[in-house]
Amino acid sequence: MEAKTKDLWVFVETNEDGTAKNVGIELLTPGKMMAGKQGGALVAVVIGSGADEAVKAASEHGADKVIVVDGPEYKHYSTDAYAIALCTLVEKYGPTSMLIGATNNGRDLGPRVSCRLHTGLTADCTALDIDDETGNVAWTRPAFGGNLMATIICPNHRPQIGTVRPGVFKKGDVTAANAEIVKEDIHVADDQIRTQVIELIKEMGGENVDLEGAEIIVSGGRGVGGPEGFDTIKALADTLGATVGASRAAVDAGWIAHAHQVGQTGKTVGPKLYIACGISGAIQHLAGMSGSDVVVAINKDPDAPIFDVADYGVVGNLFEVLPVLVDEIKKARG
Amino acid sequence: MNILVCVKQVPDTTEIKIDPVKNTLIRDGVPSIVNPFDGYALEAAARIKDKNPDTKIVVLSMGPPQATAALKECLAIAADKAYLVSGRTFGGSDTLATSYILYNAVKKVEELEGAKFDAIFCGKQAIDGDTAQVGPELAEHLGYPQVTYGLEAEVDGDMLKVKKEVEEGVEVVGVKFPCLITYTKPAWDPRYPTIKRKMAANKAEIPVLGDDAFPDIDTTRIGLKGSPTNVKKTFVPQKKTGGVKIKEEDNAASAKKLFELLTAASII
Repeated sequence: MEAKTKDLWVFVETNEDGTAKNVGIELLTPGKMMAGKQGGALVAVVIGSGADEAVKAASEHGADKVIVVDGPEYKHYSTDAYAIALCTLVEKYGPTSMLIGATNNGRDLGPRVSCRLHTGLTADCTALDIDDETGNVAWTRPAFGGNLMATIICPNHRPQIGTVRPGVFKKGDVTAANAEIVKEDIHVADDQIRTQVIELIKEMGGENVDLEGAEIIVSGGRGVGGPEGFDTIKALADTLGATVGASRAAVDAGWIAHAHQVGQTGKTVGPKLYIACGISGAIQHLAGMSGSDVVVAINKDPDAPIFDVADYGVVGNLFEVLPVLVDEIKKARG
Repeated sequence: MNILVCVKQVPDTTEIKIDPVKNTLIRDGVPSIVNPFDGYALEAAARIKDKNPDTKIVVLSMGPPQATAALKECLAIAADKAYLVSGRTFGGSDTLATSYILYNAVKKVEELEGAKFDAIFCGKQAIDGDTAQVGPELAEHLGYPQVTYGLEAEVDGDMLKVKKEVEEGVEVVGVKFPCLITYTKPAWDPRYPTIKRKMAANKAEIPVLGDDAFPDIDTTRIGLKGSPTNVKKTFVPQKKTGGVKIKEEDNAASAKKLFELLTAASII
């Protein structure tokens, strides 16, 4: 399709409580720069149920306009309802570009929408720019397990769409909310939603493993030695209010559930602080956590490749280092 | 019950090295494997067949002629029949063009098999491109509902109950046939082929659907020219240089030092 405007859209995914997922707000930061270069407005698109908080967050983080679709059918994400709503909006307004957070749902929705609109999609981008001459988005993403980076363009189809990895961009400062709010009434009938959630089996202990949205992650690998070793990892994570991650070796050994896995076959993360404990640092693991702001590595092997990417590397036994670290943090925080 | 499993032959990315001088990927000598996520999709189909023995599993791959090796491996593990889509005009396709060709291939294979597929299983993503787009795009071309991040599935009357990985744990999602499911890594390892199946697979004839197999295909939507996205450039990411190394007289001292540095830098 042809673009009807020069606007850049950011799809802001919502949680079931109507708040915005972090990545949607993060993407308003590069979105502002890109919309400026493309000469259009920055538009946040919020789809959810009771999503006033998400609309407010988008408005306070630089959106010129917020288009909101609110209804009970959008409370729990479904491919069908979200694809219908988003495609309807794109066809009506015709943006030139669209960013979608590369969460599980974003990566489920993106290809469905781009295929329906017959346009190009670039997956899981880690850098974004606008080509000054053509105004095309230059989408940069890792491939071959992080061994290679590729810059992709979508020159002749609109909108050009990309999913963008959470945590790569930072939320901007809160500003006065003066975005224009546009409500769109798009109703999706029950029988148009062809999947139904029958049951949710919570992770043991009922904990929510939100690695993608985590600000701090404490991860354990082969060096943790067994399932009980993760108690030490968890103790530090609890002290820091962090989420527990794991390397493939620990997951394959059955010490911890796959939902915790960071890396190419697990989650891609971008926390402010990533603490790798007993993780050697295979390229597949590095591919999943290289977006972290600060990396701390604790490993017995001074030659472990993880030290090559660590800002702070402790050569030592994690079972002796972590408890002391926990004590120090607790002491300092009273 | 008819299940189609889509597989891709990929280079084993764990074996890829970087040429330190030219700073490029060394792909020579890197073994080709069945994309691991496609292996999980095949295992999910095999588990359905374990419980419903009248199930037929067909595997489909698009790639160069060498990709028959990947299909033979699938035949050895669990598949009953294999088809390869291979043609010059298909080369250079991005995910949208690939999914469009696969859509045409699904229709063709259904015609050749004389039966529609109840379910199409794919790996969540291929480990070379890592896009996770072809599965959902194929579902869209077919007009089928999709469930992504599946772990396993079981047949329940006219629907499939799929266990799906979500942030909070595992969700059980019901979806009616026909549908498309993409699979991620489950808690178990896929089965190995038996010697007997391996020998049979080696002898199996794999029909090739070439450039002329789809007379009705829209040639403006395939190959490099039919792809909306194209690669502008590739480069090897800059390696981050290591930071501060801490090794004090004992582990407790190292921990204290780490704490000091992290607090001084306002990281914690």
